[in-house]
Amino acid sequence: MRPEDLKPEQFNAYPPEARKLALEYLETFRRLPLSFLPSLLREVIEFDFKFPAERRLLEKELANLGSLSQQDLRAWFREFTEIKLSESLEKSDWVASPAQFVERLSAHLWTTHQMDAFRHAAVSYADKLRTAVAPELPASPRFGIAVIGQGVDVAPQPLFRKLRPYGAYFSAVNPENGLKHLFEAIASRANANPAQYAHWYIDGGEQLPHPPTVTCVSYKAMEQVRVALLARIHAETQKGGMGPEALRTLMAQLQPTDLGMAPSGDPVLNRFQIKLLTEGSGTQIFSTSFVQWAAREALRRAEPLTLLVRFAPRQRQKPMNELLSPSRDQVELDPSGSLVDADMGAYYNWIDQQRLPGSEKSLFLAWFENQKEAVAISPVLPRGTVSNETIDLRGILSWMA
Amino acid sequence: MRSRSTFRVANRRVIKGDPRELARQLVFSRRGFLRSTAGMALGSALLHTSPFGFGATPQSKRKVVVITFGGGARDEETFTPEGQENIPHLMRELIPQSSFFTQVVNRGILGHYVATASLATGVYETNTWVVAPSNGFNRIGESSHRSFGLGCGAQVILPKYLLAAVTSSQADYGHLLRDSYETPLYAPTLSGNIFELEQLETMLKLSVDDFKAHAQTLSSPDELSVYIVRQLMRRFAPSLLWVTLHDIDIAHAGAYSLYIEGIRRTDRLCAELWKATQSEPEYKGKTTLFILPDFGRDSDEDAGGNGFQHHRTGDITSRTTWMMALGPGIREGVVYDRAVDSIDLVPTLGSMMGFTASLSKGKPIPEIL
Repeated sequence: MRPEDLKPEQFNAYPPEARKLALEYLETFRRLPLSFLPSLLREVIEFDFKFPAERRLLEKELANLGSLSQQDLRAWFREFTEIKLSESLEKSDWVASPAQFVERLSAHLWTTHQMDAFRHAAVSYADKLRTAVAPELPASPRFGIAVIGQGVDVAPQPLFRKLRPYGAYFSAVNPENGLKHLFEAIASRANANPAQYAHWYIDGGEQLPHPPTVTCVSYKAMEQVRVALLARIHAETQKGGMGPEALRTLMAQLQPTDLGMAPSGDPVLNRFQIKLLTEGSGTQIFSTSFVQWAAREALRRAEPLTLLVRFAPRQRQKPMNELLSPSRDQVELDPSGSLVDADMGAYYNWIDQQRLPGSEKSLFLAWFENQKEAVAISPVLPRGTVSNETIDLRGILSWMA
Repeated sequence: MRSRSTFRVANRRVIKGDPRELARQLVFSRRGFLRSTAGMALGSALLHTSPFGFGATPQSKRKVVVITFGGGARDEETFTPEGQENIPHLMRELIPQSSFFTQVVNRGILGHYVATASLATGVYETNTWVVAPSNGFNRIGESSHRSFGLGCGAQVILPKYLLAAVTSSQADYGHLLRDSYETPLYAPTLSGNIFELEQLETMLKLSVDDFKAHAQTLSSPDELSVYIVRQLMRRFAPSLLWVTLHDIDIAHAGAYSLYIEGIRRTDRLCAELWKATQSEPEYKGKTTLFILPDFGRDSDEDAGGNGFQHHRTGDITSRTTWMMALGPGIREGVVYDRAVDSIDLVPTLGSMMGFTASLSKGKPIPEIL
């Protein structure tokens, strides 16, 4: 089926708000190339479960597409129309299952050597969109915090090497009440700019007491869900004919309630958390991977003003088959390796934050938990510098403002 | 109270740019790092004046070992000043003896099985080989195409299959049996039918008990592969040995420390294999060693990826890697910057060893012939 043949009833299976949105832009969809449209529908079908920031972004994107003349559309999508699709892709049910289409499209692009062309088309489209739709600047400068190294006294290697060039490295931090100061800071920011999903706290272990105005995700709180997921995967992989692609498809179709999450919970946050486990790689078994990916996805999707990320020791690497088994002996931890993971994870947190609008004013702090090392990045702090002055985290926070 | 005077300036390095500029910077970075740390020379001036040649050893006596520095590693964790601590053996022992190509481009699919097949055939993804997205290395080694000749292919040994075959229960050996890191949660059931148990004893002269006992002393699948390679070198001394190392690909699980461990282990194993060629009588003095990654990994800057974790974006850093060649007749301590295609390896091997690679789409690399 081609986009020009789209009919309203084909969106009947979409969630209510997504269906409404799709019908509103049906005429626009009919004018888009098939190499592009399912990627857009993949976002539309999730509309009911999107964070406010990504809803606004999608609505603006659709409004922009709807406003383009036929001539403009040809210019915008010329590269996409040159992508050659297979007959089986065209015949697939890309309206009802756009995510599966995109997955198959990816394989098709690689095997037909069109990936580079598609990549170029996508980047070009994103550039045009950024120009056409002004980015939404944050209500206040974003502030990212990464706390790393829980359970480690001496780092196995110099820390924050990748972050130091962009900020000030502190070598004599007084760690007393460090976490308390950080939670006070995020509470203060949440009070100053209250908004749903605008302030986040992600913990790789058990969550600490935090303000109710802060959205919280923790590895420990997801434990039962992870156990249920691993048990499900274990059962599926024992069946004949189950390959990695089929497993991935199965995981993508899982709903929060399939894995024991209460239907009464926040549907948007529940869906977000499930996707961390079903779409992330390694998030099901390593808490450091979970935290890094959760932070990345929170930043990409919710565009928070505040994000406090606390890494915790992940389990020691074990055989994959053993890891897949739901019931095993007590987990051994690897605090030292986790610190190395988290050091890189903190760098990625900062990179992901810098991809958001308003990056020139954003702030970032990384701290070796309960130890003396930290690095602070702020427009008002000199880059690539070192301070050996004794200072506590509250002092560093005040310097950053 | 804020005091700017409490800060001192530290070093800073930022690399940015469009893809072509980034590719150029990659090349110049590798060359710069190599010249500053390993004292290597730029090779283009030597190309037409070198007195070296490979002629001293008859083609029939030549040995070639190819190691894919598997799973792909980035410059950040290898050739940059910060990364060199992860490859001490390459930097101090192997690179100074090698001809080093700073720009080896893989224009094919960035999947390990497919890329390895391309390296081994000199052709990007064709219907000559059946290559599955996982569990596919058992398909590499021989083509059913009549032009190649059925039964004349390479003998393929998959150490993990071998281990699976000798263990009735995988529990004790689970950490060695993972087939693919691409989907960390998917661990396929391995069968030992590629290399039969009898062959373990008749070809490698290893008892099942000895093999199992040795396997228990190893920490990774790549160590098992190197162990098998050592056995093959002693028993059969094959002319062409191709070793695919893969531990680095644990990066897909997102744990940076494990990725780094994989790089350090691969670095050590490469040096061990080179030393083995220098100590085994059948290989000493007549072996050329090639080391190259099948491809790289995604850069930190590409928003479509997640840095070191995957190789999915197809960006320039994931496509552009390096290759080193060392052995008799290979110029030592020389760096070549020109772009080489990863499928150029097979025709180069053909020229060195006296076989025709007429169906390869690559070209022999004159700098090492």
